[in-house]
Amino acid sequence: MNFDYHALLPEIILASTVMLVLVTDLLPVKKYWAAVVGIIGTSAALVPLLTLTFCDSLDFCEATGARSMFSGTYVVDSFSLVLKGLFLVVALVVLLMSIGYLEGGRFWQGEYYFLLLASVLGAVVMASSRDFISMFVGLELVTGPTFLMAGWRKGDDRSNEAALKYFIIGVISAAILLFGISLVYGVTGQLRFADVAAAIAVRGESPLLTIGVIFTILGFAFKVSAAPFHFWTPDTYEGAPTPVTAYLAVGSKAAGFVGLLTVAYVAFGSTRGLWAGLIWVLAATSMTLGNVVALKQTNIVRMLGYSSIAQGGFMLVPFGALAGADVTPDMLQKAFFATVTYVLIYAAMNLGAFATIIAISNRIKSGEIRALAGLGVYAPGLAGLLAIFFFSLAGIPPVAGWFAKLAMFNSAIGSGSGWGLALAIIAALNAVVAFAYYGKIVKSAWFDAVPDDVSDAMKADTKVAPSLMLALGITFVGTIAFGVFPSLVTGLSEFASSLSSGL
Amino acid sequence: MTMSDLAVTAGWYMALAALLFSIGAIGLLTRRNALVMFMSIELMLNSVNLTFVAVGKELRTLEGQIATLFVMVVAAAEVTIGLAIIVAVFRRRATASVDELSEMKG
Repeated sequence: MNFDYHALLPEIILASTVMLVLVTDLLPVKKYWAAVVGIIGTSAALVPLLTLTFCDSLDFCEATGARSMFSGTYVVDSFSLVLKGLFLVVALVVLLMSIGYLEGGRFWQGEYYFLLLASVLGAVVMASSRDFISMFVGLELVTGPTFLMAGWRKGDDRSNEAALKYFIIGVISAAILLFGISLVYGVTGQLRFADVAAAIAVRGESPLLTIGVIFTILGFAFKVSAAPFHFWTPDTYEGAPTPVTAYLAVGSKAAGFVGLLTVAYVAFGSTRGLWAGLIWVLAATSMTLGNVVALKQTNIVRMLGYSSIAQGGFMLVPFGALAGADVTPDMLQKAFFATVTYVLIYAAMNLGAFATIIAISNRIKSGEIRALAGLGVYAPGLAGLLAIFFFSLAGIPPVAGWFAKLAMFNSAIGSGSGWGLALAIIAALNAVVAFAYYGKIVKSAWFDAVPDDVSDAMKADTKVAPSLMLALGITFVGTIAFGVFPSLVTGLSEFASSLSSGL
Repeated sequence: MTMSDLAVTAGWYMALAALLFSIGAIGLLTRRNALVMFMSIELMLNSVNLTFVAVGKELRTLEGQIATLFVMVVAAAEVTIGLAIIVAVFRRRATASVDELSEMKG
């Protein structure tokens, strides 16, 4: 049994932090210290990721390429390093967003940070998993705590409802995923991704394998809330506390994509015919349904819920476009690159959008889109941030979103098949629809008259918690930097495109 | 008739598992009490366990048995979370029917 402590250090630090947060909660100190410990621990976990990334140029580090552990079931390669970095940064931003929110309401705090970090640990584990058991345990570690966090406002009926709906759908998706895995195991007799791929190459396709692959992919489709498996998303997003919604929309969704990518690419790579068509349909329905329904929303968080369904559809486009194409390894690489690019940029801009909305609703005490009117008059800073993040989500240069869309279209059209082209056209139409509702809100914030229920006290209240300010700053810098210097994000996602099977 | 004619192969177990999974899925779609829906989900998870154990035994590999243990542990953790949420809902509304949970629509 080879045990590479250096490669496992991020997980070890994060797991210790999770325990330390729980202990801090018991100490007779102010409750936000649990968050401080969490922030320190999460930042510390980023350090070994850097030393692993730049291993070649460090004296003490033995460069070995992809590090494979536990007989190939757990791999630390460049893909997992980039995605782990993403999860940790997302955790940091969500922690910063949560501090003010939890202090302001009557919440249990220590347990919240414990659950949030446990969920992040699950996401970090998923990025390295190369067999179905560790992938499944990682996935459940991601979702389990979030069920509870969605219901964190215990006295609020809507939060309870959000938690119960999310829980039931979450467990169903776990059951569907597991049923798919068990059928794949039944056909191939293997659980490691590389072994599954090898067994499929030898035995060829069979009806039972087809069902297994489809169920497995559908299990992940629930997790990334792709339509038509999205129905929990708007209710859960609206009812859950807003920082939790931000985590669900970014961290939990990215974890779902990590699972989907590694399973589709490593385990089911040779059976592309079975899943590419399925992902094509999921991508097309998610984009269309998400964008069209978002148009008529009146609650801003609910609108962002539908928007995140649509953005999930855009992320699926590069892989759906492979349906019906003669796929070369080069094209798979490009699709992989496009999806990772989109996930990274989406994380920055969507977290920023949620942080802005927390700051705004702290002030105007309302989550209705109507109440945002005239924001630019009394809070030009927040209205400006709102415009930047929403234009980024809509894909307008120079803010980051345009580059994500460009990479996505480039990969879809580059597939050269009619199906790929059709999906690119659907995506283009949807980008126009999306601009309608993002643009409408930004226009209302800048040009409409201030509604009467925004009192003078609210207008005069310019206080934004320092932690929330920091979260806004990080996401703002990310969104602008990725848009103006796309080479930053292409560097990361190109580095991430080499996915090791572990054997 | 020899013993091998009477042997129950993994294929039969997988058919039974598929049946159990379908019963669970139908229960989930038709029942409206959160606790009964929850029981249906447990049935679906156990059908998965059956497949893992049967295939593992047939192939004489340990992975199937190990997977079952993990599924059982995760299912137990989910029961804990689920019951906590159902209790939280019940305290406020004195009902566990999901039809009455419809504050949010659209």
